[in-house]
Amino acid sequence: MSDCPCRNDLMERINEASFAVDDVKLYLDTHPWDDEALVYFQEYSRMRNEALKEYAKHYSPLTVDTASYSEDARWKWIDEPWPWQEGGC
Amino acid sequence: MWNYEKRLQYPVKITQTNPKIAQIIITQFGGPDGELAASMRYLSQRYTMPYKEVTGVLTDIGTEELAHMEIICAIVYQLTKDLTPEEIEQSGFGKYYVDHTLALWPQAASGTPWTATYFQSKGDPITDLHEDMAADGTIV
Repeated sequence: MSDCPCRNDLMERINEASFAVDDVKLYLDTHPWDDEALVYFQEYSRMRNEALKEYAKHYSPLTVDTASYSEDARWKWIDEPWPWQEGGC
Repeated sequence: MWNYEKRLQYPVKITQTNPKIAQIIITQFGGPDGELAASMRYLSQRYTMPYKEVTGVLTDIGTEELAHMEIICAIVYQLTKDLTPEEIEQSGFGKYYVDHTLALWPQAASGTPWTATYFQSKGDPITDLHEDMAADGTIV
C-alpha cells in the first residue's frame, strides 16, 4: 500500500503531538485566558486527532473513539501488540 | 471516568534484560514516591480542593501519573523478560521471583509492599499541596 503512511512515522507524530497537548493542557488549567497557549493547544490537538484517526484506519485503533475508523469488519483492538510488548507502541 | 489509550506516553524498547536494575527501578512503580503513590495522591486529594484551577491540575497530573506508571511497568517488564533460572539466582531477583514470578507487583526497591500510607489526603489545600511538593520534589 503506497498511500499508507509509515507506521513508525505515524506513531512518532502521535507521540509528539500528544506530548505537546498533555503539557499545554496543564498550563491552560492555571492560565485559561492565555490566547497563545489556546492556539497552540488547538493546533496540536487537531494534529493528534488526525494522526490517531489515520493510525486506526491503516493499522489498528489506539483509542475507543477512533475504533470506528478501522476499515476492517472485525474488532481489531486486541490484535496489535500491547504497548509494553515487542512491536507495541 | 477514564479511557485507555493503547500506547505508552514515551516509548520503551529495551533490548538487554537486567534484573539487577529492574529491582531498583521497581521502586518508581510501588515505592513511597513512585508513580502509583503519586497518582493516588493527586486523584484522592482533588475532591476537596476548593480552587478549580488546582482541581484541574490534580486531575490531569494524577491521570498523567498513571501513564508514567505504565512506562515504569513496561521498563521493569522488559528488563526481566524471559530470564533464565541462573540469571534470576545470580542477580538476587530470586526473592521477588519466588512470590511474583516475572509479574508486575507494586513494591519498593526494599521489597516493602505498596501502601496508601505513602501519601496524605487531608482536605486542606495548603497541607495537601505541601505534601505534593514534598513527594514529587524528591523525584524532580
